[in-house]
Amino acid sequence: MKYKSQKIAYWFFALCMLLFSLQIIYGFIMGFDRIGLQGLHDIIPFNTARAVHTNLLVVWLLTGFMGAAYYIIPEEAQRELISVKWAYIQLISLAIVGVVAVIGFHFNLWEGRKFLEIPRELDFLVVVNVLLFLGLILGTLFKGKRKTTTALVLSMGLLFAALLYLPGMIWFDSQVMDSFFRWWVVHLWVEGVWELIMGGILSYLLIKLTGVDREVIEKWLYVIIGLTFLSGVLGTGHHYYYIGVNKIWLIVGGIFSALEPLAFLAMALFAVNMYRKGEKSHPNKIALFWTIGSAIVSFIGAGLLGFAHTLPQTNLYTHGTLVTAMHGHYAFWGAYAMIVLAIISYALPNLTGRKRYNSVQGNAAFWLSNIGILGMTVAFGVAGVAQVYMERKLKMEFMEVQKETEIHFVVLLICATMFTVGISLFIYDFIKYGKPTDEALEIENN
Amino acid sequence: MLSKSQARAFFLGGTVVTFLVFIGLTIYSFMPKNDQTNYGKIDAQVVKGKEIWESNNCMGCHTILGEGAYYAPELTKVIDRRGDAYVKAVLMSKEPWQPRGRKMVAYAMSDEEAEAVIAYFKWIGKIDLNGFDRIVSPLAKDKQ
Repeated sequence: MKYKSQKIAYWFFALCMLLFSLQIIYGFIMGFDRIGLQGLHDIIPFNTARAVHTNLLVVWLLTGFMGAAYYIIPEEAQRELISVKWAYIQLISLAIVGVVAVIGFHFNLWEGRKFLEIPRELDFLVVVNVLLFLGLILGTLFKGKRKTTTALVLSMGLLFAALLYLPGMIWFDSQVMDSFFRWWVVHLWVEGVWELIMGGILSYLLIKLTGVDREVIEKWLYVIIGLTFLSGVLGTGHHYYYIGVNKIWLIVGGIFSALEPLAFLAMALFAVNMYRKGEKSHPNKIALFWTIGSAIVSFIGAGLLGFAHTLPQTNLYTHGTLVTAMHGHYAFWGAYAMIVLAIISYALPNLTGRKRYNSVQGNAAFWLSNIGILGMTVAFGVAGVAQVYMERKLKMEFMEVQKETEIHFVVLLICATMFTVGISLFIYDFIKYGKPTDEALEIENN
Repeated sequence: MLSKSQARAFFLGGTVVTFLVFIGLTIYSFMPKNDQTNYGKIDAQVVKGKEIWESNNCMGCHTILGEGAYYAPELTKVIDRRGDAYVKAVLMSKEPWQPRGRKMVAYAMSDEEAEAVIAYFKWIGKIDLNGFDRIVSPLAKDKQ
């Protein structure tokens, strides 16, 4: 840690851990529902559990991105954050909005639009909160001694993510237009501007962990985010194949979404090459594991598994099935969850001054969570393919198929347990590090 | 070898061009001549049905137009498949509907609310989905 104000990042990361834990709990409720154990149905029906599960995912990842920005930007701009007090206010208001939204979901207070269930009144508070965050980050960058590509890309990603939230707030009388513009938020976030954020964090971590020259890393960062937008923006079309809009999207979406894995492939090759090229042997191997792991798993989850059902001819059968859940889980894990866990793993020793590098818990957390989520992805995949075959080829009735695929959710729950043990160890390690301290300023050696 | 400024130009140029094409295609998609949704047939009843659909987060279990949670049946062609009376009975039920043991929230809707949701489903059921409508709902009347 080089600047005192970076300490604020720790509290964002702590909130991340709390929200991530809750997300997993609600995931289990959904898993048990799917195998017929619906004991909580009267207080937490499936649609409530799902809204909480997916919205907490979005909120904890955004909280992680914000924490990452509060950690990275002062170092990149070479100055303290312009206001630590307002950063704490932003953190507390973010937590309050999140908690109110989650409680509201239990009382039928939501918008009922996948991933964007937060009620409209809270949407405005989210906008105010994000504007405050951006003001602090961009203000720090603007007043800083230097403006690096890494900082600019990260800030640009956060700014665009905020702007793209707005189309999701427009109300449409047509379900088709509603879906169309909902994807402007969801797709252009996860297959567009969030990749900028991921790229920015990845670039920062590679500079720190490998010691490769910043100019080299940042040049390739431009190439990667260039590929991301080149394929990802028009790749939005893969959501428009079968929702009631023009057939032109079958061609445009088909071609450009088939190119989307290129950006993830470039990211994976970039990370591995920089690691090989690096002469610096950073002692924080766990952070390196999460960083390189994120680039590789995102290529498999977002790139390859996305490609597996993105062509219109395939998607005609897989659209609206558990195949999407397979891709979604591994893609979110690799691209975004792992990069947040990477920056936390890197920042914690620097924030607390405790060099607890490469603990047994830390290593076990990495491997158990990764093996667990891989098993979950396979279980979703098998259930999804079975669903496609029985429902859409054999023309079996929906619930009949659901009964047939129940066993895959038993497997999924076993793998999810392993995943949870891994994440619990990560959180245990997080707690063991203790709180951030000013003494860490002296210990920083990076 | 590619320089950093060339890489930046690739990023900025590619982004601007693809965004402009994307905006153009969006406008093209919603030109009245390209409408596949019978947009003109959306009346107050359909809008009310959509509001009920959203305020109860039906998409949190069901799917419609292939979008949702894959936990409960796809409803794009539900009226074709089940008919008004069955759908109305489910919506107005005061006890959780439990097809094969999987529970649905008992919404106990009024007659008026149930009619609005049915009007919404009927509008949805007539959208041209580029062929998906025949895949997603095998029991629906095949229009081909």
